[in-house]
Amino acid sequence: MDKARTSSRRTSPRLWLAGGWLLLALLAAILAPLVAPQDPLAQDLMLERLPPFWLDGAEPGYWLGTDSLGRDLLSRLIFGGRIAFIVAFAAAASACLIGSALGLIAGYFGGWADRIISRVVDIWLAFPPVLFAILLVAVLGTGLSSVIIAIAVIDWTRFCRVIRAEAMSQARMDYVESARIAGYGRMGIMLREVLPNVLPSVVALLSLEMGIAVIVEAILSFVNLSISTDDPTWGGMIAEGRLSIHQAWWVLVFPLTTLILTVLCFSQFGEGLKARFDPVLR
Amino acid sequence: MLLQRFLVRLSTMLVTLFGVAVVVFVVIRVAPGDPIAMMLPPGASDDDIARLRALYGLDKGIVQQFFIWLGGVLHGDFGTSISLRQDVLGLVFNRLPATLELATVALLMAVAIGATAAILGARERGTAVEAGIDIASGATLSIPDFLWGLVLILLFGVLIPVFDISGRVSPQLDLPFVTQFYLVESLLRLRFDLTWDLLKHMLMPAVALALPLAAIIAQLLKQSLKEVLDLDYVVLARVKGFSETQVILREALKNAALPTLTLVGVQFTFLIGGTVIVERLFSYEGLGNMAIDAVINRDLPLIQGIVLVFALLFVLINLTVDMMYALLNPRLRHG
Repeated sequence: MDKARTSSRRTSPRLWLAGGWLLLALLAAILAPLVAPQDPLAQDLMLERLPPFWLDGAEPGYWLGTDSLGRDLLSRLIFGGRIAFIVAFAAAASACLIGSALGLIAGYFGGWADRIISRVVDIWLAFPPVLFAILLVAVLGTGLSSVIIAIAVIDWTRFCRVIRAEAMSQARMDYVESARIAGYGRMGIMLREVLPNVLPSVVALLSLEMGIAVIVEAILSFVNLSISTDDPTWGGMIAEGRLSIHQAWWVLVFPLTTLILTVLCFSQFGEGLKARFDPVLR
Repeated sequence: MLLQRFLVRLSTMLVTLFGVAVVVFVVIRVAPGDPIAMMLPPGASDDDIARLRALYGLDKGIVQQFFIWLGGVLHGDFGTSISLRQDVLGLVFNRLPATLELATVALLMAVAIGATAAILGARERGTAVEAGIDIASGATLSIPDFLWGLVLILLFGVLIPVFDISGRVSPQLDLPFVTQFYLVESLLRLRFDLTWDLLKHMLMPAVALALPLAAIIAQLLKQSLKEVLDLDYVVLARVKGFSETQVILREALKNAALPTLTLVGVQFTFLIGGTVIVERLFSYEGLGNMAIDAVINRDLPLIQGIVLVFALLFVLINLTVDMMYALLNPRLRHG
């Protein structure tokens, strides 16, 4: 008990720090046309590979410097955040919906439903996920919706496995039995009793999955299979930065730092929420 | 008992592999976009297209195509790569050793780093050292191999250029190897100059793959060690006058390792899955790098072959871990 209390006290600052960064990045993405100092697509070969503001040769107005086509890095990062957050929310929500529904069915009903769903999960886990994602996007054609579908189709198993295990253990609890005796139908019990109890795990996974979705989008951009080459994405910027790494390290460093920070914050935010809402830990 | 468990696992394994084959086949065939159209120059006649479709068996129904392909696979014939015009199995076997060597080196590094951190954390439990290990492993875990790879490229490829960040071996070297297991062969032939060159290329991608797994091992093994350290027999060893490190290494470790072993098995498959993008990142000539090219070129037979080989590798690892667990766990061994 003592240990649980200290750990939940320790989670508070990380919840705030992680949430703060995510909120800041989200607001910047939403207000991108207002806060971005430059046009993210404007190329100017006179301004190519300008260094960030603290180095010699920097130009005012280009705080983080420019890439090899003279595009402003800060503005591209801010606009790239739009796609990152759209993918994060849409893909994680879809994966969560598919996975949680199948997990609840498998865990609560057991029997044939469980056997089939578990077998499908086994099959899914035998695919290398990155290769699966690349294959799906290649098949569906590049574009925002393809990326979202691909991530959801691959990562639902993450939710399914956790929810199935939770639903299984919950289904054996006394309160579920009481609800059954009280005359609730199976579906009713699942939605009224089991679902609220698995919610903390779902929320933590959801936040984690958003971070994963951002990375998968970056990986797909990196192999040139994500959105279009025009719209700035963090992954596309990283790919561009990898190419000019020996001439201008900042072209890679800024998008990479942004991505790492965001991913780290998503996972810490999820862990923090879980610790706060989990009745056992609390 | 063990045999029965083995046979059950083996049959589920075959079902899984069959499922993987079906899924890959369906995903690829449902795809819009014709691989044949991409092979031919624009303005090819309909006759040419039809001839090529027949050559690759694409003119038949999808179910029929699947069983023709599956029949071939069972005889060791995975078809012919469309983009490279070579036997798929030959191509895969040519690249697989590079990936296996990379994954094995990464696994060994992960175990070494993770176990060291776990033992240190368990010895210094309740101190700032343990808290530091917790924070470091938590952060390391959240950052996936792809991002670690990029960080390592920046740090040790550009800022302090000590390691090679591209390729498997320096291209100017004269290689005497007859197999594709370069690292193993360089050791067997006592060509340590080549071993060193291979390791210099392998180190960065291997560390990128190893770090997240090392963090998981550190967390789990430390937890198990701390639980075991409170047990009577460990307390007895301490009373006998062994130092805390000796107690952990001689008494606690072998009983705490079992849960970690199971987890390492599952995580090893994730690590191998990670080689796909990490190989790409470091231009390492392994199976994963070839897989991405195959997808970009819409090389259907090659994609199918590679995915199936990866899946086979995954289920074999899971089977091995499961059997090792059964052998090492006395309760299951006699139960």
